[in-house]
Amino acid sequence: MAAARAAFSRVAPAIASVRARPSLALKRAAFARGYATASENSMTVRDALNVAMEEEMMRDENVFILGEEVARYNGAYKVTKGLLDKFGEKRVVDTPITEMGFAGIAVGAALSGLRPICEFMTFNFAMQAIDQIVNSAGKTYYMSGGNVPCPVVFRGPNGAASGVGAQHSQDYAAWYGSIPGLKVVSPWSAEDCKGLLKAAIRDPNPVVFLENEMMYGVTFPMSSEAMSDNFTLPIGKAKVEREGTDITIVAHSKMVTHSLEAADILAKEGVKAEVINLRSIRPLDIDTIKASVKKTNRLLIVEGGFPAFGVGSEICAQIVESEAFDYLDAPVERVTGADVPTPYATNLEALAFPDTPVIVKVAKRALYRTN
Amino acid sequence: MASLARFRPAVRRIPAFARAIQTSADTTQLQDIIEDQSKPFTVKLHEESFRAYQCETPSLEVEVKKDELLKMYKDMQTMRRMEMAADALYKAKLIRGFCHLAIGQEAVSVGLEYGIKPEDRVITAYRCHPFAVMRGGTIKGVIAELLGRQAGMSHGKGGSMHIFTPSFFGGNGIVGAQVPVGAGIAFAQKYLGKNTATFALYGDGASNQGQVFEAFNMAKLWGLPAVFVCENNKYGMGTSAERSSSNTEYFTRGDKIPGLQVNGMDIIASRHAVQYARKWVTEGNGPLLMEFVTYRYGGHSMSDPGTTYRTREEVQRMRSTQDPIRGLQRYIEEWGLATEQELKQLDKDAKAEVDQAVEEAKQSPEPLAKDLWTDIYYKGTEPSSMRGREREEVHHY
Repeated sequence: MAAARAAFSRVAPAIASVRARPSLALKRAAFARGYATASENSMTVRDALNVAMEEEMMRDENVFILGEEVARYNGAYKVTKGLLDKFGEKRVVDTPITEMGFAGIAVGAALSGLRPICEFMTFNFAMQAIDQIVNSAGKTYYMSGGNVPCPVVFRGPNGAASGVGAQHSQDYAAWYGSIPGLKVVSPWSAEDCKGLLKAAIRDPNPVVFLENEMMYGVTFPMSSEAMSDNFTLPIGKAKVEREGTDITIVAHSKMVTHSLEAADILAKEGVKAEVINLRSIRPLDIDTIKASVKKTNRLLIVEGGFPAFGVGSEICAQIVESEAFDYLDAPVERVTGADVPTPYATNLEALAFPDTPVIVKVAKRALYRTN
Repeated sequence: MASLARFRPAVRRIPAFARAIQTSADTTQLQDIIEDQSKPFTVKLHEESFRAYQCETPSLEVEVKKDELLKMYKDMQTMRRMEMAADALYKAKLIRGFCHLAIGQEAVSVGLEYGIKPEDRVITAYRCHPFAVMRGGTIKGVIAELLGRQAGMSHGKGGSMHIFTPSFFGGNGIVGAQVPVGAGIAFAQKYLGKNTATFALYGDGASNQGQVFEAFNMAKLWGLPAVFVCENNKYGMGTSAERSSSNTEYFTRGDKIPGLQVNGMDIIASRHAVQYARKWVTEGNGPLLMEFVTYRYGGHSMSDPGTTYRTREEVQRMRSTQDPIRGLQRYIEEWGLATEQELKQLDKDAKAEVDQAVEEAKQSPEPLAKDLWTDIYYKGTEPSSMRGREREEVHHY
C-alpha cells in the first residue's frame, strides 16, 4: 500500500502535491528564489526550461537565445528569466516582431556553426516563419548531401492556453511531425523539459520543441539524477509513466496530466490503465506503444490537436499496420481537440479540448463498458 | 508580332537608369601608357558607373593588374561555357527539373569573387552555378549535381538549386528566404569575432519580399557585417522590374542602410564596388546594400524561352553591345595586355576545361538506392528506422 502510494505520488504530481505540500513558507521561499532546493528536488516546468538553457549556455559558448522579449522582459512567459543578467546581450538577443526574419537569422547562424535557441512567443506565430523551419532548417542537410548541418532549436508554447481564442490555441505537433529532417519534441514534466531541452540543444539536427503554457507553472518532483547539469533524455523515446494491464493510454504534453488523472479514476473501478508519455513526436517511439498494446490489447490516444490528420491518426495507422494489430481486442480510440476553431467563452472552450471525464468515458468504451 | 504586342507594356517604359547609371561593359579608360605590364596600373571608370544612396560612390580610379584581368576573363568565359553546357544537357534531357542559368551575368559572380577574400561568406538564390564554382566548388561537381550523380557537390540529392561549399551557403529554392539566412550568417561572423563580410544576394523579383526588409532591419539594428546585393537583371521570371516594384531603385530600398548601384556588366566596376562594400562592412559601418544592374540572355529558367515578355531585339542588343566578356576582351586588347589570338586560346582552354568536366561528370554513377535514406538526420543521430512508400519498405539504420 505504501509502495502503491509512492508510485502514485511519483506519477500523479497534481494529487501528490496536495498530500505532500511543503510548508507555505518554504514554498514561498522556493518561488522567490525561482529554483527548487536540492533537498526538495522539485521544480516547475518553467524553471526546468530555464535551468536547461542556462546550463547549456555555460557549457557551450556558441549557444545563444533569440526571440521576442527574451532578454530585458525576461521572457513573455518568464522562461528566459535572469539569462540576460547572467550572459549579457550578445547571448540573449531581443528581436523585433519579425518571425520570418529572425527564424531565418537563426538558421543562418546555425549553418555557420552557432547553436541558436530561437524562441517563438507561441507556435501560432511560428506559422509566419514555417518556411524557414521546414525548408531552410529541416531539409538543408539532406539537400546538401550531408554537407551542411543545421543545429537550431525552435522552442515555445504550443497548443491550448486559456481563453486566448482560435488564433492563439492551435497545436502544431502534427504539422512539424510530418517533416523528415526535423526532430519534434513535446515534453510534459519538468524532468522531460530539462532533459529533452538539453538534448535538443546538443542535437546537431533542427529540433522543434513544443512546450505548453499551461504547464509552465506546474511543479514536478525531480530525481537527483535530473538535477545534474549533464542530465539529458533521449529524443525519440517515450516513457511509461504508469504501468497497467487493461488499456494503453498514449498522450503527449498537457494531455499526460489528464490521462494520469483518468487512470486514477479508472483504477478505482478496477481498470488498470498504462499511461505512456510520448515525449517525442518525431521520431515517434512506436515500439514502446506496440509493446504496451501487446500487453493490454486496447489503445487510446489522447492529444490536444485537431482530429483530422493528427498525431492520434498517425499512431493508429502505425499500430494497425504492425503486428500489434493482432493483439487489439477493440478498435483504436482517439481523444483529440474538437474540429472547431477554439472558441473564447469558457464553457465552449472546455468543449473544444479533451478533459479527464472524456478520457475516462472513451477508455471504458474501449473496454466495452458502458458505465 | 501581334502576340508580342500583348506583352509589351502599355505605358512606354522610361528606362529607370537613363538618368545616371550606364551599363556598357567597355567604357573604362586607360589613364597612362602601361610602362611595365607586370606592375599594377590605373584605369578610370565611366563617371556613370555608380550611384550612391546615403554614402559616397567609390573613386573612379581603379588599380588593375594584367594577370588578374586575364584570370577574370578566363573565369568569366569558363562560367559562360559551363552554363551553356548545362543548357545543352538540359535540352538533351540529361538534366531535369529546374535549371536557372546566369548567362550574361558573369561579371557579378566573377567580380564578386575577385573582390572578396576566401573566408568571406556568400549566399544566393537559385541562379547559383557560377557562385558555387567561384567559391571553391568545381565545374565537374556542379555539372554532376545537375545530372543527379554521386560526384555532384550534393551527391545528387539537391540538384541545381542546392549546391554548397564551406563558404557558400547555396543555392536556395525559396525566393527571398536566403536573405534572412544570409543575415544570420553575418550575425555568426560577428558573434565569433571574425573580420569577414557576408554577401547575401537576391534578385529584383525577390526584392519586395517582406522577409528581405525584416533582414535589413535587424542587420542595421545590430550592425551586422552584411552586404545585401540585389542582382537586378530587370525581370523576375516574366515580370519586369517596373511591373513588380513601385520603387525600382533597389539600392535605395534599405531605408537607413546606405546603398550603391553598380554597372554589373563591367567587371572592373563590379569588382571595385565589391571591394568598397567589403571595406565598408568590415570597418564596422554596419550593413550596406548593393545593386548590380545586369542582364540575363536566357529565360528565367530552361522552361522559359525568355521572349514572351521582352523583345528579341532587346536581348540581341544587350548581347552585342553590353556583354561583360566582350567588354573585358576589348579592355585587354586595347590596353595591349594580350592579343586576340591569346584570348582565343583562353576561350579554347575554357571550352576544353568545361568539356572535360562534363565528360567526367557523365561518367559518375547515379546515387545508390540506399542513399535515399542518408542525410535526413545528422550521421549517427538517425532514428532506428525510416519508412518508405509502404509499411514493408522500411530502412533500418
